[in-house]
Amino acid sequence: MANMVTDPTAEQAIENAALKSDRFRLEREADWVRLEDIVTKMEKGKARRLSDDDVLALPTLYRTLLSSLSIARESSLDAGLIDYLEGLALRSYFMVYGTQTSFGQWLKGFFGGGWSQSIREIKVDIWIALFVMIAGTLIGYVLVAGDSDWYYALVPGNFADTRVPGASEAALRETLFSTKEHDGLGVFAAYLFSNNAQVAILAFALGFAFAVPSILLLIHNMALLGAMVWVFAQRDLTVEFIGWLSIHGTTELFAILLAGAAGIHVGRSIAFPGAKSHLKAASDAGKRAALVMAGVVIMLICAGLLEGFARQLINDTGLRYLVGGTMLTFWLVYFFVFGRSRVETGT
Amino acid sequence: MSATTTDPWTRRSANPKLDRVMVSPEGVPLNVTVATAGARAGALTLDIIIILGLILGVTLLGLLILWGFESAFGEGLILEESGPLSVVAVLWIIAVFLFRNAYFLYFELGDRAATWGKRAVGIRVAARDGGRLTAEAVIARNIIRDIELFLPLMFITSGEAEGTMTDFTAWAGFLWVLMFLLFPVFNKDRLRCGDLIAGTWVIQNVKRNLGGVVAPSAEAIADPATGTTTTRYEFSDEDLSVYGEYELQTLESVLRTGTDEALETVTSSICNKIGWEPGSGDKRIFLESYYTALRAKLEGGMRFGKRRKDKYSADI
Repeated sequence: MANMVTDPTAEQAIENAALKSDRFRLEREADWVRLEDIVTKMEKGKARRLSDDDVLALPTLYRTLLSSLSIARESSLDAGLIDYLEGLALRSYFMVYGTQTSFGQWLKGFFGGGWSQSIREIKVDIWIALFVMIAGTLIGYVLVAGDSDWYYALVPGNFADTRVPGASEAALRETLFSTKEHDGLGVFAAYLFSNNAQVAILAFALGFAFAVPSILLLIHNMALLGAMVWVFAQRDLTVEFIGWLSIHGTTELFAILLAGAAGIHVGRSIAFPGAKSHLKAASDAGKRAALVMAGVVIMLICAGLLEGFARQLINDTGLRYLVGGTMLTFWLVYFFVFGRSRVETGT
Repeated sequence: MSATTTDPWTRRSANPKLDRVMVSPEGVPLNVTVATAGARAGALTLDIIIILGLILGVTLLGLLILWGFESAFGEGLILEESGPLSVVAVLWIIAVFLFRNAYFLYFELGDRAATWGKRAVGIRVAARDGGRLTAEAVIARNIIRDIELFLPLMFITSGEAEGTMTDFTAWAGFLWVLMFLLFPVFNKDRLRCGDLIAGTWVIQNVKRNLGGVVAPSAEAIADPATGTTTTRYEFSDEDLSVYGEYELQTLESVLRTGTDEALETVTSSICNKIGWEPGSGDKRIFLESYYTALRAKLEGGMRFGKRRKDKYSADI
């Protein structure tokens, strides 16, 4: 252990100390004070002002302190000293094992494979969510086809302006190809993003209750879509409607799919933890799903921009399919092909 | 973990029920204290006030900018849909989204792993398994916060504003919030649902100063000729066998913080116990000598693996 004491008066104090444990303390005190100084600076967010020496010394000083603490616990009855060492050990432990990566590095790891990997890890739940969403769409379609009153039960008032059962083809076409609303697109995009992100977060967070609410939410949202498809299908506008939808929908629905899958993943892990304890299973699944969710928010920003700008500006069904299809291909390749062969270093 | 570190007399928290041992990756058990429900509630309240303040501030700022444009260019420009109004609106929507979702993330990812509210009450977030607090864990615990708190709050306030609020929905929302808010009270680690999912817990910060050596003036008077040391008071083994570690540490705290009166009381009770006549000498020097002698004896025992918890335990 480094003996930092060179000051003659300190040496004198060590000489004079009547107790072995006090000598032990006085010999190491300088190291502890230095460590405390470093830790305090880091806690105050002034880590950049630390000298290179200090940064390099931190792990060593921390391990030295831990050994001092172990010795003190077994050999010293100075309660104040042990208290101090306990506190300092915990504080420096948090610094040494703190979030070591900067935000930039985290982002790099996230986009460079961490995101794709987390999505591949919940593949089973993605299949479940996909099945649920398709089922929801069919339910909506079939319900409204059977009795068009269901439409009003499924679709909230603010969507159902002109897009109602029995609307004329011209009115419906107008909603798909209107060029009137070009102004204020930015606000629209930002609003859509904020709104959709909150829905996705809800789909995930509700998974906590054994995934049941997540599944219900997915079914409900997709039933709404199915009902709308029926309305447009009645006037032979199915292809145009899906084109209109696909431009942002491939991204947005994919994001909602992932959010739902993340929620199902958490709920499933809590209900069936396997060999792990419930708490461990929940927290493992939660961390994996959180990574997926961070990505979902990013996808929803893209979807908001596509919906707010591209959909209003591109008025050709073929082009709409092209943009939607390109986005879908991009996501699929990025999630399921990219970084496969890479050695997984963990995130 | 070694038995001695978990023994009750080595811990000094106000509420022993909240004391936990967390084993560091080096294998050293560290004492942590789980934050009380009251501290968490206080921190959350502060954070919500801060977030509301930030939102209010951004709103006022936006209005101020619009007002500035209006007085500079006249009213017509503002109302154009792609004019300054829409820019301000976009920024406002994004800012509110960030305040609601990123405030907690940003602060809990920092070195102190605590929001302003948590810092104010002296608590922080940590990984429950003693490992690193990862970004994923912080994201997970804060996404769950949305259904615990913000969702029902928004639901209630927007329902109230639009007048669509029925008694039933109001009560449902209230019960919902209550269920999640009270969740930490019903488990021993005071875990929120978000903590459960993220594998985190909230613990108390520790910040203690290193006091001086307890008994500096009791130092031995070294004889320069022989190198042997003697103290002003001599205590026999019997004098020292009346107390254990608990009494020693009580004496330590009296010596660290005690007033003259306390010193006097303690001196007379020790003298009574060991059958000495309390003299008129310096109380502090007497107590420091006794403290040093007792600690030397007890620490000597510790080196042979013998500890004496308090005066009721068998002498070592």
